[in-house]
Amino acid sequence: MPPSETRPRLTVAVTGLNATDSPGPGVAVIRALRETTDFDLRIIGLSYEALEPGIYLRELVDKTYQLPYPAAGTAALLARLAHIREREEVAVLIPNFDAELFNFIKLEPELRALGIHTFLPTLAQLDARDKLNLAAFGAAHGFGTPASRPMHSAFELPAAAETLGWPLVLKGRYYDAAVVHSLAQAEQAFARLSGLWGVPLIAQAFVAGQEINIAGLGDGHGRCLSAVPMRKLTITDRGKAWAGITLEDEALLALARRFAEATRWRGGFELELIRTASGELVILEINPRFPAWIYLTAAAGQNQPAALLRLALGLPVPMMEGYAVGKMFVRYAWDLITDHTEFQQVAALGEL
Amino acid sequence: MKLKPNIATSEAGFIFNPATGDSFAANPLAADILARAKTGLDAAAIKADILARYDVAPGQLEKDWDDLLAQLRDFNLLDQ
Amino acid sequence: MKLPYERPTLRKLTAGALHKFGPRPGAAPTTALDGVPVAELVARFGSPLFVLSERQLRRSYQAAVRAFGTRYPAVQLAWSYKTNYLNAVCRTFHQEGAWAEVVSGMELEKALLNGVPGPHILFNGPGKRRADLERACVVDAVIHLDNADELHLLLDVAAGRAARPRVALRVNLDAGTYPQWDRFGFNLENGEAWQALGRVVASGRLALVGLHCHIGTYVLQPKAYGTAATKLAALALRCQRELHTTIQYLDLGGGFPSTNTLKGAYLPAADTVPALDEYAEAITGALLGAGFPSDELPLLVLEAGRALVDDAGSLIGSVLANKRLADGRRATILDFGVNLLFTSFWYDHHISPTREFSSQTEPTVLYGPLCMNIDQLRESIALPLLAPGDTVVVHKVGAYNMSQWQQFINLRPNVVLIDEAGAVHLIRAAETLEYLQQLERVPEHLL
Repeated sequence: MPPSETRPRLTVAVTGLNATDSPGPGVAVIRALRETTDFDLRIIGLSYEALEPGIYLRELVDKTYQLPYPAAGTAALLARLAHIREREEVAVLIPNFDAELFNFIKLEPELRALGIHTFLPTLAQLDARDKLNLAAFGAAHGFGTPASRPMHSAFELPAAAETLGWPLVLKGRYYDAAVVHSLAQAEQAFARLSGLWGVPLIAQAFVAGQEINIAGLGDGHGRCLSAVPMRKLTITDRGKAWAGITLEDEALLALARRFAEATRWRGGFELELIRTASGELVILEINPRFPAWIYLTAAAGQNQPAALLRLALGLPVPMMEGYAVGKMFVRYAWDLITDHTEFQQVAALGEL
Repeated sequence: MKLKPNIATSEAGFIFNPATGDSFAANPLAADILARAKTGLDAAAIKADILARYDVAPGQLEKDWDDLLAQLRDFNLLDQ
Repeated sequence: MKLPYERPTLRKLTAGALHKFGPRPGAAPTTALDGVPVAELVARFGSPLFVLSERQLRRSYQAAVRAFGTRYPAVQLAWSYKTNYLNAVCRTFHQEGAWAEVVSGMELEKALLNGVPGPHILFNGPGKRRADLERACVVDAVIHLDNADELHLLLDVAAGRAARPRVALRVNLDAGTYPQWDRFGFNLENGEAWQALGRVVASGRLALVGLHCHIGTYVLQPKAYGTAATKLAALALRCQRELHTTIQYLDLGGGFPSTNTLKGAYLPAADTVPALDEYAEAITGALLGAGFPSDELPLLVLEAGRALVDDAGSLIGSVLANKRLADGRRATILDFGVNLLFTSFWYDHHISPTREFSSQTEPTVLYGPLCMNIDQLRESIALPLLAPGDTVVVHKVGAYNMSQWQQFINLRPNVVLIDEAGAVHLIRAAETLEYLQQLERVPEHLL
């Protein structure tokens, strides 16, 4: 889009630039933002690693700064963002990682004082949809969820298998999951997942059916401003969508609206669902942010990231009606070319 | 101390080993030492210069010098 | 004027991976504790050195009293002795109004020597001996019964006494936390606690005055305390109804976390540990809603230890040496190890340098001075380029270290208290070899 005299300039910072085989949503969010007609955007990338591909996508990302890892805590994050704010007039910040959300939500007032707006769920909302609380959440609001239990030790596996049955889905505290068919497999997966993400793990009953995802945007007052359902057409060996297609199904849209209403969800979300053979919709997971395939919503006519930008700035956003059904995405791998000097800049100085 | 001939050092303190593809960042004093070493200055001259300019005891510098050599060796940057 | 020196060092540039052991931020220097320069403390009292802040001790105590006292009419804190044995610390809390919570005969005597009246001593613990029980009866301490054998032993002790010993029943229950602590006290859900209460009352030899429950340690869920309070209150009301015995106090134990980060935690404790107010809200909310007549609310007792003392303690230490390990990692050897910092087994303590450094850091393994493989304080920490002789401050070490410390390989160092006026008092002198050996007896033939 050519720069326009009439469009106001706006600087937006975005995390999740790891457009890898298990991608973060940042690059897709930026691509969607770039299509807004509201603003002339300067995009600041925020990265945790020196090899996040988005850093080197210079036509999408104007400048990147490294952030301290979420584990460093809010004080370190705030200090870094204040430093960045002195150099860049960041008006809106869109975090895209589950593991970082806690810190950004905690810092909301401090960021606002720096002039940085966000549009995030509350800590209570974040907590309610946590994997550990999903079953209780479903029960409270009448959503179907798989039977599950927290697992603190591999010794609990036989009991979990007895109540939940084989195969069993083991999920890491923050990321990652494994479908296991035997005790030996389960023990192996338990060791791997607990080693990476600590305990508890979550053991879920396996639900067979068609995998469907819905990307949505809640206004924080119970309205679902946009919902776009997508079925994965092909997945990677890590279970990530590699191609998908938008669906038309009133039951799916109704579910997204009911979710936004029940939780008064604020911000982007993704519902990961299974539609069983009998047509029942079961929520496997609720992601408190946009998914990596979010650009499909823009391509289908409901640009959720651009709408979130307006919400963060307090601008009105109408309910988005209608989207292109049968719109597909096919993800592809592309080798960016850069130079060791650029890598050194990011890895040593944390800026590019 | 003799760096491998093809090691590239930059003014900002970056070191690139084209044989392995590894990059390194040196702190200011290490960058200073490596830059001098590349000009062919020998260890004694570099150390004398550091002692003259920096607030450090000779014994401490010797220990740290040995540690720097150990790091360079560990990172495969020295001409054996 | 020469330039400031920092040793030359290289860092390999890597992409890294999002991992729970990510680098932590470098720390700002701590040049003084309660206004007293660290250098002055080390010059006067040596290194390593434990430093306690009287101001922080009192502040933490008052904050706890405020958190509970503004929500509930009758609140009493009992200082948990095992958390820090130093009499200056214990007496500071007693001066503030704390009772004593003790878990052995030795601790009971210690509390008495610190001037705590017997009736203000709560005697917990699973290992009370007959002599301990007899002594507790003599001084009228409240005995918190842990098991049936102890109950019968106490009934035996009580048989010959004019006054009925005062007792509380320790109860363990399912508060929704994991792991459930079920090794102390009588279980609620399986009926064991009720059975024991019945026996206590029916005996006629004991005065049942309280119910006690301690759900765990470093419990991060205020809700769990609410659950425990609800269950304990229901049990007290049942005692009133069915045993016609009024429970005078409910002791909800301790276990409140400090802001030290547990090893393996993904986020730092300063961001994730709930405020004491949230615990107070959960507990007092449960008690106020339990159905007690408003003029018959039981006294709420809390056995705070860590929450009162952890923040007030610091440990100053010095760098003895730096070295490089076989795999290229940097290692720093400090003059204190797990002998003094027992809590480093479970916390990633916050450690600060005591002077300004550049922003250069190097990931470092921290070792103590013990010739023992377990003496590792931290697997990896990003510290500035410390040189031998540099000092560091370990923050928030007031809880458990000054009671679980060891004389293994090194003797224990000086401990000082900085009072509210900034004056420094030696409250425990560094140990000597003579002190260590004074109880030893060498047989004649080995002399």
